[in-house]
Amino acid sequence: MNILDPVWTSLLYLVAAVFFILALRGLSSPRTARRGNLIGALGALIGVITVFLSMRLDNIPWILGSIAVGTVVAAPVARGVKMTQMPQLVAAFNGVGGGAAALVALLELSHSEDPWVRLAIVFTLLVGAVSFAGSGVTFAKLQELMTTRPVVFPGLPVVMAAVLLAAVGAAVAIVLTGSLVLAVLLMLLGLVAGVLLVLPVGGADVPIVISLLNAFTGLAVAASGIVLGNVLLVVAGTLVGASGTILTRAMAAAMGRSVAGILFGAFKGGSTAGSTAVSERPVRSSSPEDVAVLLGYAQRVIIVPGYGLAVAQGQHTAAELATALEARGIEVDFAIHPVAGRMPGHMNVLLAEANVPYESLKEMGEINSEFRTADVALVVGANDVVNPAAKTSSGSPIYGMPILEVADARQVIFLKRSMRPGFAGIENELLYEPQTSLLFGDAKDSLAKVLGAVKAL
Amino acid sequence: MDGMSLLTITVLAVFVGFEVVSKVSSTLHTPLMSGANAIHGIILVGAIIVAGQATDGWVLAVALLAVVLATANLVGGFVVTDRMLHMFHGKKEVARTAAKADNK
Repeated sequence: MNILDPVWTSLLYLVAAVFFILALRGLSSPRTARRGNLIGALGALIGVITVFLSMRLDNIPWILGSIAVGTVVAAPVARGVKMTQMPQLVAAFNGVGGGAAALVALLELSHSEDPWVRLAIVFTLLVGAVSFAGSGVTFAKLQELMTTRPVVFPGLPVVMAAVLLAAVGAAVAIVLTGSLVLAVLLMLLGLVAGVLLVLPVGGADVPIVISLLNAFTGLAVAASGIVLGNVLLVVAGTLVGASGTILTRAMAAAMGRSVAGILFGAFKGGSTAGSTAVSERPVRSSSPEDVAVLLGYAQRVIIVPGYGLAVAQGQHTAAELATALEARGIEVDFAIHPVAGRMPGHMNVLLAEANVPYESLKEMGEINSEFRTADVALVVGANDVVNPAAKTSSGSPIYGMPILEVADARQVIFLKRSMRPGFAGIENELLYEPQTSLLFGDAKDSLAKVLGAVKAL
Repeated sequence: MDGMSLLTITVLAVFVGFEVVSKVSSTLHTPLMSGANAIHGIILVGAIIVAGQATDGWVLAVALLAVVLATANLVGGFVVTDRMLHMFHGKKEVARTAAKADNK
């Protein structure tokens, strides 16, 4: 339908673009984040309505039907997903976005004569395909469909270089000839490159790669905007590309890593140090009652939640325990490592779900000096983020990552399922220290038992 | 629109993108990532355009696949981000919610 003339179309796209900028701005502050997200959704709605009103489109029933299918598939999943599984869902949504951008570019190839437009097309094809396949691998890693450790095979750098060379060759040929067959080949090469890019990334670094691929998809969308001459796509895609790059760097910095180190660190070898072997050294284990006594007669307790708490859905029990201790006049805080959980900021989301007020959630920089004054540090299902190996052992895969200094607390209690090492696959020396005791079991069960024992004191 | 204007807009958008998220706290890394993720779902507009101009059966099929994928990115992204952010409360709000639960 040509209801809108071009001026109105451009104005409405401009409004949508401004809404996206306001959305990102809102999302960077806790007070305005939710409103920011809604403004973004409104911007998207304006953009989609505008395209329907601005040009003659065929196949409208088919298009509306496909939009309905996409909504019916995605909305219930997004509503129902457990908060612990959110990182892989974000990865999946990012991947399909990249895939959509690549398909759009593929279809535009037959309409393009201009070499610059063809250049934008090959860029979108390649980057969109890398993002699609890379996100697929991160999804598989986070969902534990495959190992979370770095996967490296001999000759990987050579294979990667060959794939990229072939891709560059195909890209040049497409720009010159506009060949559709080569475009499909380029997409396939992009898929292989995406897989090869993410395979060597291990464990705790996976979320950072999601953020990087998110930025990639943004760039692919921006390039497809150039192909279609659509300003909204250019602005939205570029915004995501730029903000995603900043975010990726901020996340990497929170772990004391460089983005290049995360992507290519495993190539150098040696960084897969650590093993799944269970040590034979003795540890002190305690009963829930012992733990309750330690907690109940402390003045200051710092709870350090980790992924184990999230998996066990123990955040509500942890919040109850904090309330019960506070009722006894004990000062309780939660120490949140930037990458606690499976994704930067993930733990804040989980604890917020359990109604822990955000004033009690202390970030690493704020709480680290306070462990010295804490009677008890209660580590619930965290391991890597408190592992002193990050400071002392230069061969360790987590070397250089800032950690929570729980070793400074007078007593350290670990609630752990078993002696199996954490996500990064390395042993934690802290477990064998004299001030440390362990309570084995599922985090939620153990917390419930400790809570019961505290109430009975 | 001519190439130079598009380039100008792109470069300005890069700076805006860097600027708006330059000082984000780590508390919000995940929601921000998810929100930005939803925004690039606007590729749906591009998918609608190619689907609306398709005359071939196979072109239409591929374009409609792109529409489905882009919609999933867009709708799912905003919904999951909203759910995440819904869970952030201050102390006052927590007290209010608790009081409401007690009254029931």
